Amino acid sequence: MARLRYIVLDVLKPHQPGGVEFAGALADHLGDCSVRLEVEERDEKTESVTVEVAGPDIDFDAVTARINEMGGSVHSVDEVEVDPGVEES
Amino acid sequence: MKLLDQTRHFLSLTHSQGIARRYFVVNGFDGALAMLGLVMGFYVTGDASLEVAITACMGGAIALGVSGLSSAYISEAAERRRDLRSLEEAMAGESLQNSSHGRAARLVPVYVASVNGLAPFVTALLIIAPLWMARWGVVLPFSPFLAAAGTATFLLFFYGVYLGVVSGTFWLWSGVRTLFIAAATAGLILLLRF
Repeated sequence: MARLRYIVLDVLKPHQPGGVEFAGALADHLGDCSVRLEVEERDEKTESVTVEVAGPDIDFDAVTARINEMGGSVHSVDEVEVDPGVEES
Repeated sequence: MKLLDQTRHFLSLTHSQGIARRYFVVNGFDGALAMLGLVMGFYVTGDASLEVAITACMGGAIALGVSGLSSAYISEAAERRRDLRSLEEAMAGESLQNSSHGRAARLVPVYVASVNGLAPFVTALLIIAPLWMARWGVVLPFSPFLAAAGTATFLLFFYGVYLGVVSGTFWLWSGVRTLFIAAATAGLILLLRF
């Protein structure tokens, strides 16, 4: 089974929670992944951010669920890096 | 601790920390002044029974508590619903009902209403405690009504000090200001004797 190693998401989120709390909460939820967040645009109530997640085996559903739980919305998956899984003999 | 952290988080999401603090002081102050007025009124009559005074004060405390709880819940729930709808529109119509923002919109009004209702109710209970003590046979050095008025005055001073600390002004001056309000209220009621 292929393993997801790196994804870049375009996310629309409210101002709260702020970037540090948002990225921290996502990293805490995923456990063994690093998270990088960059703010692209900001308006009165929302901000568009790019979220990069890197790890040995990223649970994509867990990523989107946690983003949704924090009020964010994944608009697109801009980059994906997948490793082929090792077949068990 | 998890509940406390979650409450802080929801208050932060909805920018409601200041509102809850304001309600605590405003309604606590209301409760203290209302009870001060009641007990001073009973003191001025000269022959009010403790049972009548306690019943009237408890009625007032309950009314203040229910009023604070219900009015704050209705207004805060409406405000949070409005803010959530506005945020959902800004999020291109995405529903936020199942997110932290949705939960905060439902729970923050309960928290704020609790503060708004409990502040005057607990304040009133503390003020009429000397009346209860006298009713149960505890001998007080002076009239239970004066003791209750003294408790009300102290609590008003406390609310003033709290406001001073929160606003970064000199706490003693802030406490003295509310003490003056308590003294003026008691003075006006004492005039009823004449």
